[in-house]
Amino acid sequence: MRYLPLTTDDRRAMLAKIGAPDVDALFRDVPNSAVVPLSAFNLPDTQGEMEVDRGMSKMAARNVAAGAAPFFCGAGAYKHHVPSAVDHLIQRSEFLTSYTPYQPEIAQGTLQYLFEFQTQVALLTGMEVANASLYDGSTATAEAVLMAQRITKRGKAILSGGLHPHYAETVETVAGLFGPVERTKVTPGSAEDIIALIDEQTACVVVQSPDVFGLIRNLRPIAEAAHAKGALLIAVVTEIVSLGLLEPPGAQGADIVAAEGQSIGNGLNFGGPYVGLFATREKFLRQMPGRLCGETVDAEGRRGFVLTLSTREQHIRREKATSNICTNSGLCTLAFTIHLSLLGEDGLTRLARLNHAKASALADKLAALPGVELVTGAFFNEFTVKLPKAAAPVVDALAKKGVIAGVPASRLLPREKSAEGLLILAATETNTDEDFDALVAALKEAI
Amino acid sequence: MSMNNQGRPSSIDKGSAGEAFPASIATISGDRGLDHEEALIFELGHGATGVDLPDVQISEARLGGSRRSGAIGLPGLSEPEVIRHYVRLSRKNYAIDSGLYPLGSCTMKHNPRLNEKMARLPGFGDLHPLAPQSTTQGALEVISALMNWLTTLTGMPAVAMSPKAGAHGELCGLLAIRAAIAARGENRKRILVPESAHGTNPATAAFAGFTVDEVPAKPNGRVDAEALKAKLGPDVAAIMLTNPNTCGLFEGEIVDIAKAVHEAGAYFYCDGANFNAIAGKVRPGDLGIDAMHINLHKTFSTPHGGGGPGAGPVVLSERLAAYAPIPLLVASADGLRLIEDAADAPEGARPFGRMCAFHGQMGMFTRALTYMLSHGRDGVRQASEDAVLSANYILASLKDVMSAPFGDGPCMHEALFDDSFLEGTGVTTLDFAKAMIDEGYHPMTMYFPLVVHGAMLIEPTESESKHSLDRFIHVLHTLATEAKAKKTERFAGAPHLAPRRRLDETAAARKPVLRWKPDPLKAAAE
Repeated sequence: MRYLPLTTDDRRAMLAKIGAPDVDALFRDVPNSAVVPLSAFNLPDTQGEMEVDRGMSKMAARNVAAGAAPFFCGAGAYKHHVPSAVDHLIQRSEFLTSYTPYQPEIAQGTLQYLFEFQTQVALLTGMEVANASLYDGSTATAEAVLMAQRITKRGKAILSGGLHPHYAETVETVAGLFGPVERTKVTPGSAEDIIALIDEQTACVVVQSPDVFGLIRNLRPIAEAAHAKGALLIAVVTEIVSLGLLEPPGAQGADIVAAEGQSIGNGLNFGGPYVGLFATREKFLRQMPGRLCGETVDAEGRRGFVLTLSTREQHIRREKATSNICTNSGLCTLAFTIHLSLLGEDGLTRLARLNHAKASALADKLAALPGVELVTGAFFNEFTVKLPKAAAPVVDALAKKGVIAGVPASRLLPREKSAEGLLILAATETNTDEDFDALVAALKEAI
Repeated sequence: MSMNNQGRPSSIDKGSAGEAFPASIATISGDRGLDHEEALIFELGHGATGVDLPDVQISEARLGGSRRSGAIGLPGLSEPEVIRHYVRLSRKNYAIDSGLYPLGSCTMKHNPRLNEKMARLPGFGDLHPLAPQSTTQGALEVISALMNWLTTLTGMPAVAMSPKAGAHGELCGLLAIRAAIAARGENRKRILVPESAHGTNPATAAFAGFTVDEVPAKPNGRVDAEALKAKLGPDVAAIMLTNPNTCGLFEGEIVDIAKAVHEAGAYFYCDGANFNAIAGKVRPGDLGIDAMHINLHKTFSTPHGGGGPGAGPVVLSERLAAYAPIPLLVASADGLRLIEDAADAPEGARPFGRMCAFHGQMGMFTRALTYMLSHGRDGVRQASEDAVLSANYILASLKDVMSAPFGDGPCMHEALFDDSFLEGTGVTTLDFAKAMIDEGYHPMTMYFPLVVHGAMLIEPTESESKHSLDRFIHVLHTLATEAKAKKTERFAGAPHLAPRRRLDETAAARKPVLRWKPDPLKAAAE
């Protein structure tokens, strides 16, 4: 087997040193009945690289890659161009095959990029501090609600109806154990009256902007109302590129920002791995979940970086930890931070403007179709239209014609009658005029 | 003999041969040969850009009055500068590809590059999670094939695929247990956790709303089964046991423990972090386990990536299968289909909720499946055997100079030592580990598990050649011998030869500096 360096002679010599007759003698603590023969496993035997490649490639070919069709899906995962340098750099052995930087003297590479990543996330979200990442945007949102419950010592969480339904379900599953989680009515294309629901039992209000229908929300009045009742505002961002153009949540009074960073540096990957961004105010630092990297000096006074404040974490605090998280999104944070370094201030601003211009042009084209109504008035690169018939079958019909038209709202909200005719579309820098024309032509025919 | 560009042969001058560059002489640049100092990206930026994008103007009409007013503050660099920055940073990292990485419990095995290539096939890497399911059948096939491998290798009937890492898998397992208990109309709040457990176990139990009750270990490094049984009662929801445990030992009484747990109406959660010792040889399902997460980034070699991403699918017994979270994967007339809403779940299924958006760590699934197909069942079994053999070889070769608290019998995939061999030498476990850095090795896991004093947990994995193991053993043997002979100069203040000396972690925690901020004086001058 090509990945196993020991030869039969090596194994024999090693057993002799150990003083064991055979390898099974080393498994003597396992009850005899529990050791099963190889034939107990109805699975294939070892294969060469070429054969494995062939089998995997065959399965890959059964999928329609986003780049292989006019493509308009968003709703929490976005198709962006990732510069070639990103994937090349993250595959360097020293990044790809290293562990969590527990030995800082020989992990300054990882630690320094984490420090840079934390700075980038804090700047982008307009917050004071950010951690070294969580799994993804949805789990980051759930952690944010748990953190708000800890800080306020209150249980109730109010989730905006515009929060991505998968995020809402993730929050309900975890934070629902510690207090009531209420979801407001879904009002596609407009803001629900969330302020009226905030009371003295409320730990936090969770609002996504742009929301799942693409609507840009004004967080300021919600932050003020939440703070007046002693509750926290958690702002959720699923399309992080939007912050190249829009006012950051920190400037609007958010106390915690939970975001999905996939759009920068990371591919679609059928939903994971992604990278959860998590930022907050300095005063809440010690209630934060996840790893933190901090600056310090070494024995010779040189600047260096270490994992810090680990007394919040499970490996030190055990059942009193702020979270159970251990592994996070290391390599995805690296992809994020490299891509953002390539973009820089100017590149990110241009990218964001380009995305908005593309989406705006597409919205105009679709709204001009008879029977199609633009539901989202203020948006970044994603908006919702109402079709004259159910959206899901239309999307399926268009897929057969080689156009991936977007995400029908009913896929995310199957019990919501009002969602049936709604189609959520994203347009990014990757979309061309030809893509737009193909979509418009196919949609015209299907409705 | 190499030639310089004047055609003159380079040679070693007799006079300078053998003299080290004096450490006291600072270089002009601050760099030392290939060891480059590297500034923060924020200190390097100068208004350049590493991407070419058109400068389109937009109207404010559709921004809802929310346009950003100030600058973000991101540095601007060109592509060559960005590449140099990260390449220089990379060279300050230790990695499996550059050396033996004996971190016990972490399983730093070889990461095959075919796995990386497969995950990047456009049909997998460039696939949207909410694309029409008719266009993602190949991806669902990968998930289905991986599920089959995981359930077959573990001998368990079901598996939940969405958990994003080991600790997330633990949470998934405990939430399934919680749901099963609630369905029985019971209220069980206590979870038994051995004191040797990973920190994630008690943290997860608390995270899932349970209280934690610690079970002591026996002098032989195994959980005290009698103490455990004595703690069972009508309020116990589950036990969380790692097997092989964190001392690198197999819990031989596991079947007996499972029986007692089930008789008490509780569930058996197994931490599968060490499944790599027994995969292809022992099926956890045969041992009476109800739930176990599998760290794909350990046992099935998806790369650790400096701390993630991982993946932690959870296999479930018949008693828990119904409670698996959404999404569920089912076969239908139209092919494979994801059930994404609990109300659409097939009959009998009672999903407890959702662990995350979308369907889990697909990028890790493709890598893990590639690993499994490459190894095959025979290779998986051989890998487990080689991992155990290599750990025992280290144990047998070092136990004469280092103290192995449970060294009387064989270990599984990792060898545990304590610090009693260092007693009276003035050398601590930390010093010993840091001296390994100067020898070109990453230290072993230190001070864990907590059940032995000054623990040193060595996991060589199956990826090391005998030559590599022998060299490692020679270094550790010599270090231990020198320490015991009180030749301690190489230990004091080690490492000396790494990119950094020991770092002041106390200062870092006392006054946390967690982000770069512009120098106010410099900013004012500009």
